[in-house]
Amino acid sequence: MSSVPDDLKYSKEHEWVRVDGETATVGITAFAQEQLGDVVFVELPEKGARVKQHSSLGVVESVKAASDVYAPISGEVLERNVKVIESPELVNVQPYGDGWMIKVRLADKGELGALLSPADYRSHIGESAAAAGD
Amino acid sequence: MSDLKQTPLHAEHVRAGGKMVEFAGYEMPIQYPTGIVAEHRAVRTNAGLFDLSHMGEFFFVGDGAGAAIDGLVSSDVAGLAVGQARYGLLTNERGTIVDDVIVYRLAEDEYLMVVNAANIAKDHDHIRKHLPKGVGLDDRSAETALIAIQGPRAATILSSVTDLEERERSIEGLPPFGVTRARVANSRAIVARTGYTGEDGFEVFVDNDRAPQVWSRLLAAGGSTGLIPIGLGARDTLRLEARFSLYGNDIDETTDPIEAGLSWTTKLDKPFLGRDAIAAVKERGPKRRIAGLEVTGGVARHGHAVVKDGTVVGQVTSGTFGPTVQKNIALAYVPAELAKVGTALAVRIRDKDIPAKVVKTPFYKRSAP
Repeated sequence: MSSVPDDLKYSKEHEWVRVDGETATVGITAFAQEQLGDVVFVELPEKGARVKQHSSLGVVESVKAASDVYAPISGEVLERNVKVIESPELVNVQPYGDGWMIKVRLADKGELGALLSPADYRSHIGESAAAAGD
Repeated sequence: MSDLKQTPLHAEHVRAGGKMVEFAGYEMPIQYPTGIVAEHRAVRTNAGLFDLSHMGEFFFVGDGAGAAIDGLVSSDVAGLAVGQARYGLLTNERGTIVDDVIVYRLAEDEYLMVVNAANIAKDHDHIRKHLPKGVGLDDRSAETALIAIQGPRAATILSSVTDLEERERSIEGLPPFGVTRARVANSRAIVARTGYTGEDGFEVFVDNDRAPQVWSRLLAAGGSTGLIPIGLGARDTLRLEARFSLYGNDIDETTDPIEAGLSWTTKLDKPFLGRDAIAAVKERGPKRRIAGLEVTGGVARHGHAVVKDGTVVGQVTSGTFGPTVQKNIALAYVPAELAKVGTALAVRIRDKDIPAKVVKTPFYKRSAP
């Protein structure tokens, strides 16, 4: 069972969002990193760049393949995690901690309503896991 | 995945939590829960167990078998003594590569050729067409399982479950590329000191029905000291660090041995199918060459363009992060004049030109034991 912390919101594309006032921290979920396997490269937008909900914000590469990371919310990038660029394995080790990717100034708090609750995300990956196991 | 073939070790992979994917018409484990990097490290530092039962096994019997194979394979098959094996290439009249194979001389007039899974039918047709009447060819791919044990502890582990037919010989005493008949886990086997990882190691051929027993006995013998099963993912990172070609990626029927960097296994002073075409390439010099690349700031993958000063000059055929060398490494075909070690190139990754440098290969070479 993948960990799904109760204090976060989730996208169907397996990103998580931690909201703190006007700021949101974004990363990929434990389920996502398990599916990817060992992460060896992370590409993230620079400070000041704008990300748009459902659009690609960057890329994570595992040993096997490259995968897009989609922005779960729109906004301006306030900071990108330099530590995760230097040590991509943090995405595997601490997906909800030191493996975070970017901090964003929320452009539209209303977008948060489109995200999944922890319970909804749990059932979402329950379904994904069943589909992948066929 | 119901239309895919399964190896006799399928249940073992599922039980071990292997993530099964399609490969060459088979359902194969790409990795186990330990993950590709941990599997890779296990082979470099300890030992790993591979199911290669999808690969093809052709047995040749008869007076003249050696000479017949020698006429189809680029390397010196005629020079093999009984108990020796050699890597080589099946080439066609045009001098391009039909497959890369290992030929094992099992007895005076008995040979084994191991071919890539995806090429079994093609190779069989190719060889049939050129084989003289007196030589028998028996494709036992479907009945034969292949288990590889690779890594610095492979010899010790394999030795503990193996009886050799001649008492004075030992697994440890088998030379690199040596092959012998043996009993492994009470099963009739062919054991060879060959592999595809850049480490010391062995490949063990047994009948399908014996494979689960051999697999479990090896895991039991080595498991407490770190032997783990290895999937196709780590097999690929291991072979690429050691700069072994992957058929279908780095070599195929559009590539010749010279440009592919395989001159060392191409013996031009003997007649074999495609020899004249290959000699002509060598004579005039190939237009392009495979080069080893080190990429800084991105992971090069099969199909990515290689760029020099903004112009596309070549293509990546294999690329990955190398867990032992801790670098992004790749093989790519580039114009021969750009294949020199030290040449600055770039790889186009997601529309950006990421700096790359031609480096010496293999990317990884194990230190002498």
